[in-house]
Parts: sequence; structure tokens; C-alpha cells
Amino acid sequence: MSAVPEQPGAAAAATAQFGRAIEPGALDTAHGAILYLEDITVSFDGFKALNALSLDISVGELRCIIGPNGAGKTTMMDVITGKTRPDAGRAFFGQTLDLTTMTEAEIAHAGIGRKFQRPTVFGNHSVFENLELAMKTDKRVRPTLFARLTGEQAAAIDRTLALVGLTEVARRPAGLLSHGQKQWLEIGILLLGEPQLLLLDEPVAGMTDSETERTAELLLGLAGKHSVVVVEHDMDFVTRIARKVTVLHEGSVLAEGDMEAIQANERVIEVYLGR
Amino acid sequence: MNAIATDPAIAGRPAAARAPSRFLGLYRRGGWLALGAFALITIVVLPALHLAFPAGHPLHVSSFWIALVGKIMCYAMLAVALDLVWGYAGILSLGHGLFFALGGYALGMYLMRSIGRDGVYGSLLPDFMVFLDWKAYPWYWAGTDSFLYAAALVVLVPGILAFVFGFFAFRSRIKGVYFSIITQALTFAFMLLFFRNNTGFGGNNGFTDFKRILGFTITTPETKAALFAITAATLTVTLLACRYIVTSKLGRVLTGIRDSESRLAFCGYNTLWFKLFVWTFSAVLAGVAGALYVPQVGIINPGEMSPANSIEAVIWVAVGGRGTLVGAIIGAFLVNGAKSWFTGAFPEYWLFFLGAIFVLVTLVLPRGVVGLWSQLRGRRG
Repeated sequence: MSAVPEQPGAAAAATAQFGRAIEPGALDTAHGAILYLEDITVSFDGFKALNALSLDISVGELRCIIGPNGAGKTTMMDVITGKTRPDAGRAFFGQTLDLTTMTEAEIAHAGIGRKFQRPTVFGNHSVFENLELAMKTDKRVRPTLFARLTGEQAAAIDRTLALVGLTEVARRPAGLLSHGQKQWLEIGILLLGEPQLLLLDEPVAGMTDSETERTAELLLGLAGKHSVVVVEHDMDFVTRIARKVTVLHEGSVLAEGDMEAIQANERVIEVYLGR
Repeated sequence: MNAIATDPAIAGRPAAARAPSRFLGLYRRGGWLALGAFALITIVVLPALHLAFPAGHPLHVSSFWIALVGKIMCYAMLAVALDLVWGYAGILSLGHGLFFALGGYALGMYLMRSIGRDGVYGSLLPDFMVFLDWKAYPWYWAGTDSFLYAAALVVLVPGILAFVFGFFAFRSRIKGVYFSIITQALTFAFMLLFFRNNTGFGGNNGFTDFKRILGFTITTPETKAALFAITAATLTVTLLACRYIVTSKLGRVLTGIRDSESRLAFCGYNTLWFKLFVWTFSAVLAGVAGALYVPQVGIINPGEMSPANSIEAVIWVAVGGRGTLVGAIIGAFLVNGAKSWFTGAFPEYWLFFLGAIFVLVTLVLPRGVVGLWSQLRGRRG
């Protein structure tokens, strides 16, 4: 019925044959890096949204990306998730997966999860059911019709509920959650897809201070287990969670380093932070 | 955002279903009792009362009632099929009458051939073919003298048409009102096709004057009672099958398609196949309903494919309560019951009344009769 291969083993064999793996198991991070971007250039009608951008993210790293509007942050996310094709440059997920040749679905399947700015959850389903739908299982029609939740799967959902702090509201329809809770639910939905790399686009936009604080704790808790890339404008939040910060400006990396070094960097102050 | 909430029994369902088996968990106890009572009355009691007591006896159920309720049960099945796609997957079909009629025509071909030489012209061909001076059956009538083959066509014709139509529509991401309009156009196009005498389905007269089914004379009380009981049993099974679907994880995927299709795609579901599955299944149910309708009503003609018929089916679902399944049955009974009375008492005003019902339900009871009931119950509890 669907394009998903019948058997995982057969799929692995097939992908090995064609030399382009889409199975998460085939992700090779032996050299410690999960994402490489090298000289990525994207232009829209002559305007270079990305200009020879190079960036690499290590396994388990929590990286913050900041930069003024139009610096190319969202375009970079689009390139990584396959939504936009670069005009030049190379983008690799692990050692072997060439992101520039994969479709969006293949990239998502390979283990890159992306959270958009506006939270999208299933409003009429309970929080629990939202996570149930997101769980990594056989998602073809027939297995879905006869699916029954195993104890193991229920436990995985309960763990995620606890992690994103939504255990109390597990039965509540997601449409009735607060803005912050929806954002956490969406992070939970991404986590249940077992991604290797999480891309979060402005996760604390519109959140209250206490919600921002809880989100910071959540992301700090994820680092180490997942590689996380956060694009954010809120400098207090970035200061709170950042270990390594990359500043983008006019489509390329302006500076990279820990937060203190960035805040002391003359050029960053000039173009972004302000004096 | 879609204002129609999922059945509370489904939303907020705990991790593992509480009931011992998936099947028993389809309804809570009250639901099973009500369904059991409905099944007992319609499958056993009414047909038995019709046969056991002579006309005039106070316990006799007249053939008028058997015919009326039997017909409405077929409509109820059509309504359940429509609710499955509209109420759950958010796919509003304004052409479900087409699948109903195709199922009816498929069985009708068998019924026509069962007439044998008892037609007006005494020919093995149906009267309308003799009238058109046709000498033999067209190729697509081949094999329809077999009941089993005709029964297979009842499932296959609506099923294959829905699958092919749905594949192209859903693959092109046609949704919402655009999809509804295309389904409306589809049923209209088929109606025009079937109105033509050359199409070989009796033109605007359609099929009628059936004599027998499976060797039984079609007009005897026994045959009528049996058809009634079979329809009631099929309706019950249909309701349970649909309930199984909507309470499964696939049902939650369907409501997910209705509420946020792109999020589902990001979660890794290929929504095309889910929509196609439920759309095709619904069309098959509509076809079976049509096949049960024709021998009871005794006629099928292209009027069944008129856009107004399909829209009326949408009104039944809306009146009963969209996204509840059982509401579709209640709505079909309420509206058709009212229609039966109104067209007798005030024949000129029925359409005004029907329009008024639709406006009122949309304004006052957005979740239909079932929604009103659960609202009242929720307030009291």
C-alpha cells in the first residue's frame, strides 16, 4: 500500500545496495559530528539568503543560533530539512547521509525532527493521544487499524509526558492547553519520533517567564541524549541554555563560541547585540 | 479549528482499553444495551409480528411500516457511511447517493434478469431493452444472472469507482469545499449518463417490476420480512464495524487528518492511503445499503443519483450529530420519519420544512441531536 518498505532487513539491504541510506540505524556519527554544513549557498532571485555557510554540530550538543532578522536562520533550517535545496555546498547528516539529495520525508525518517514557530498539535485529541500518534511504529493503514498499545509503548509515552511536564494534563484535549504547554507537547511529539537531531525554531516565543524557564530546563535535560539546535531571539533564554552559540549574519557565520566570548565580540556587538 | 469535538468516549481514552477485549470495548454497557435492543426489535420482533399476526390484529405490524422502516434503515446505513468520512476524516461528500445508487443498480441487474419471461413482452430481455429493439444483453450485463456475481458487483463497482476517484483527488490534495463540489458534479454526471436510454440501464424509468429474488417471490410478506431482517442485521454490523474503525488508532489518525493533516504527515503518516481507505470503505457501505434498498422499494432509477438526494443524506447526519455514527442513524430516522408524515399531511411544504430543519440544526444544535443529549446529560451530571 504505502512506500514504506515491508521489512527493515530488506530495506537495509536495499539501501546498502544503492549507497544511500534512509534508515536511522544507518546514521554514522563515528567522527563525533551529527551535522555538517559546508559552503552552503542559497539565493532567491539574486539575494543570497545563505552565503557559503559552514557549520557543524556534534553528537549530543545543544547549539544556539542567533542573528538579526534576515540572517538566514530559517533558510538554514529549510536546507537541513530538505524544504529548500542549496545552490551550492554540501550538507551531511552524520558521515553518510547527503541531505541535499533526500526528500523531506526521508530526512524526517532518518532522524531529523523540526519544530516550527507556531505550535501545531491535534486539538481534538488528548495529550496522550497526540503522543500515541507520534510514536515511532509501523504507520501504514492496516497495522494502524489493528494497533493496540503495548505496555512498553505506554511506558514510553508516560516517560515523555513526565519529561515535557504534561503528566497532569495527559487526558486533556490538546486544544485546551496553554500556549506554552502546546509548545512542550510539540517537543514531546518530536521526541517520540526518536530523532537524532532536533531543530527548534524559536521555542520560547510568546511564552511567559516561568514557561521560558521550564523550557530551558527541558532543553538542558535533552542535551546529551539528543543533539539540539535552537534558533532563538530571546537573549536571556540563550544565555541561560547556551554552551556554544553561533551568530549568523547575512547568510554566513559571523562568530562562534561560548556565550561570554560572543557577547564580548566586537563585530557581533556591532551588527546584532548593539552597544 | 474544527468545532466538532470527538466523541468523549474516544477522547481521553486511557492507555490500554479498559474493556477485556477490543470488541466489547466498542461501547459502554448502556450503549451495548441500546444497540442490543435495537437489533432485537428490528431483526426479530418487527418481522415476527408482521408474519405471526393477521392484518387487523392489534399486534400486527403492517406492511406499510415494514416497508417504511426497512427503507429508512437503508438510508441510515448510507448516513453511517457518510458520517464515517465526513464526521471523522472531515471529507464532506455531496455525492454519496451515487454509490448508493450504483449498489442498487448492481443488484437491480440481477433482479431484472430474475424476471425471466414474466415481463410485459414475454422476452428474456428486460422490457426496456425490448422496447429499444435490442436483441441481446450488452456486454456489461454478462454474468448478472448470477446472484453472487451481482453481489460482488454491489461491492466492487462503488468500491473501484471511489478508489480511483479518491486516488486522483486525494493525491492532488483536493480538499474541503472543492472536493465536495467535485463529488456533487460526479453524481450529477452519472445521473445524466444513466438517464440516457443508450446506457443500457433503463433510462429515466430505471429498473422496476421485479418478480423474485433468489427464487422467492419478492412481494410476499415472508420475503419482505426476511429482507427487513437482513437489512437490520447489516445495519447493526455496519455500525459496529465503523465504531471499530473510529475507536482504533486509525480512527485517531482520521480525526488527525480532519484537524491537522500536515502535522500527521510530519509524524510520518502517508495520509493519502488513510483517506483512500476510509473513502473506499464508506462507498462500499453506501453501495450495500443501495443493494438492500432496491428489492424492498421495488424500483431504482437515476433520480437516486440526483444531487439533492446526496445533500439530503448530509442533512440526516447533521441533524443526528456529526462524528457520532449513532447520530447518523437517529438523524436518518428522524428526518425520514418526518418526511413520511409531512409528505402525507402537507405535501407542498416538505422541502420548506426540510430547509428549516437544516437551518435550525446548524444554528441551534451544531452537534445535532446526539450532541444535545450528551450536553443535557453533562449538565445534569
